[in-house]
Amino acid sequence: MTAELAEPASKIELPAGVGGGGEIPSFDVTLRVRRYNPEVSDESTWDDFHVTMYGTDRVLDALHKVKWEQDGSVSFRRSCAHGVCGSDAMRINGRNRLACKTLLKDLDTTKPITVEPIKGLPVEKDLIVDMEPFFQSFREVMPFLINKGHEPTKERLQSAEDRERFDDTTKCILCAACTSSCPVFWTDGQYFGPAAIVNAHRFIFDSRDDAGDMRLEILNDKEGVWRCRTTFNCTEACPRGIQVTQAIAEVKQAILARKI
Amino acid sequence: MPTKPAGTLYRGREGMWSWVGHRVTGVVIFFFLLVHVLDTSLVRVSPEAYTAVIGAYKNPLMALGETGLVAAIVFHAFNGLRIIAVDFWKKGAKYQRQMLWTVLALWVVVMVGFSIRHLSLALGGH
Repeated sequence: MTAELAEPASKIELPAGVGGGGEIPSFDVTLRVRRYNPEVSDESTWDDFHVTMYGTDRVLDALHKVKWEQDGSVSFRRSCAHGVCGSDAMRINGRNRLACKTLLKDLDTTKPITVEPIKGLPVEKDLIVDMEPFFQSFREVMPFLINKGHEPTKERLQSAEDRERFDDTTKCILCAACTSSCPVFWTDGQYFGPAAIVNAHRFIFDSRDDAGDMRLEILNDKEGVWRCRTTFNCTEACPRGIQVTQAIAEVKQAILARKI
Repeated sequence: MPTKPAGTLYRGREGMWSWVGHRVTGVVIFFFLLVHVLDTSLVRVSPEAYTAVIGAYKNPLMALGETGLVAAIVFHAFNGLRIIAVDFWKKGAKYQRQMLWTVLALWVVVMVGFSIRHLSLALGGH
């Protein structure tokens, strides 16, 4: 057997110039990062960084390049860097996105790309915010299975239809992009916020859970679902494509249906 | 190189701006109602004073103001129905954008009709 036969030939016809590790287009971008360091000044400033990036790069790659090659003091959170952990939510060109899921080529690279911390949570440094108020609301809706029956010896069974009922809201990665895009949350930090309601929805509509009524009671609060003004910013901001406003509307309806 | 401070405006889409519009028109309507209750209650004080105040409204500037007021009320009314649909219609959230375009189309139709009738009567001078 010859070496060429070891690997089957590709069945896909590629046009000339594609594949084979060809050139990836590169371009220059200006990253305009909102800087804040309470140890130096109470004022935020904008810093511009010029970097040469490639068509396959994301905003996170540009931030890395800035941090590693130009200014090591630029601070931001990131962990998995692949849209799973939800730690790098930031406001990119005025909208909440995950830096690791936003390709530079999808943005207007002729103008500076603005990168700011998410709104409504206290900024600690540069792009890092204090997530504690966000997680506090999350904890308050009791985001865990509560079951009054006996512990089954095997797994708790559920039909495919029952599982489908809350499938959308299981996708949440707690990045806070939705909550910090909500105009109500910006002005009223007490509001539970979309993320907490999404995670309550995930258990309220789970047929295996018995504490739905308790969660509905918690969200019937004045700072609960009724604060939602259906601006759809949360739905637009969600990097997992969760229909957040829809989920909130379903919880509102569940509260009303329960009362009757 | 540090440039100007102050954060940027959040770039919301149709949903956010329709909410801003709803708030602004709501406040406008509230102030109208405040004045409206005051001038109407004048009739209890003295009918002459009431007639004088209402008569003062009959000028071109107020006619334009009335057009603006109706514009605010018509938007607030139609968008209010859209918000009710978003909350209570099962597919409301899915079609919120299409519903907003419908609201704006209805608003244009009503306002064109109203403006022609109202302004020709108010400014026509007959």
